[in-house]
Amino acid sequence: MTLAAALAHAPVAATGEQGFLSPTGVEIAFLLVGLATFGAAVVTVTSKQLVHAALWLVVALGGIAVEYLLLTAEFIAWVQVLIYVGSVVVLLLFGLMLTKAPIGRSPDADSGNRWAALAVAVAAAAALVWVVVDAFRTTWIDLDGPAQGSTRVSGEIIFRHWVLPFEALSVLLLAALVGAIVLSRRNAKDPEGKR
Amino acid sequence: MHLVYPAVLAVLLFCTGLYGVLARRNAILVLMSVELMLNAVNLNLVAFDVWLRDTLHAGQALTLFTIAIAAAEIGIGLAIVLMVYRNRGTSDVDKLRDTAEGRGDGPGTGPAPAAAAQKAEAAA
Repeated sequence: MTLAAALAHAPVAATGEQGFLSPTGVEIAFLLVGLATFGAAVVTVTSKQLVHAALWLVVALGGIAVEYLLLTAEFIAWVQVLIYVGSVVVLLLFGLMLTKAPIGRSPDADSGNRWAALAVAVAAAAALVWVVVDAFRTTWIDLDGPAQGSTRVSGEIIFRHWVLPFEALSVLLLAALVGAIVLSRRNAKDPEGKR
Repeated sequence: MHLVYPAVLAVLLFCTGLYGVLARRNAILVLMSVELMLNAVNLNLVAFDVWLRDTLHAGQALTLFTIAIAAAEIGIGLAIVLMVYRNRGTSDVDKLRDTAEGRGDGPGTGPAPAAAAQKAEAAA
């Protein structure tokens, strides 16, 4: 509603050659995929069935990957599919199974302060949508020309300009791996876990 | 494409994740909501990078780094949740009240942890 109101109030002179009421095919596709993504995200945070919540998270993350493709960031899209949809969701499902999450509906999935949480989330969404729409209502992304996120471009920028953060990131991943192993090892004094 | 579309979608996803973090009780569902928030930020980064036509493509590089850090975070987070589950027999964040101030009769104090730990030992 806020979006529509802000679009209606936008100055016509600043639109240039791009019209508000003639969305391109990319915009329509982005809008539809965005609606599906948002719906899947809402189901993820409200579903009473924990495994279903993890599976709806796959839909939400896959929708975000499609949005990356529509924004011509191809490499990020495939990295998103590989890492999030491929491994993070599988890790979350393993976590749900290892903590013996109930398979059916669990009535206590939401805590008692869910109405306060809903109020906070709605207030934050209203404020942020208002600010963002007000700030960027006359800016357009130019998607023409060569793709800005193809694998070639991404490889060139990472290994030409961002090599040092990339290497530091590999050290961070190693530290996280070692930390996860140390955390999930059984205590040596535990008689069951002694090896 | 209008820049408002990806920005508003990112805002809505972030607030959905915010609601999930505040309202969920299971620690793994809280981690899922954190993933949603991180993805919203990534969408913002990619959209603004494409809009600005940055020659260094800092937004896309930062998105890749965020994805890697999120993967590390989910691994460590799940290890911590599994350890808490093994020690306490629950992954319900509402019941982990050892550091809570005020109410001394919370479920995290008293004889409950010992029984829960024994249950977890028996189950493991």
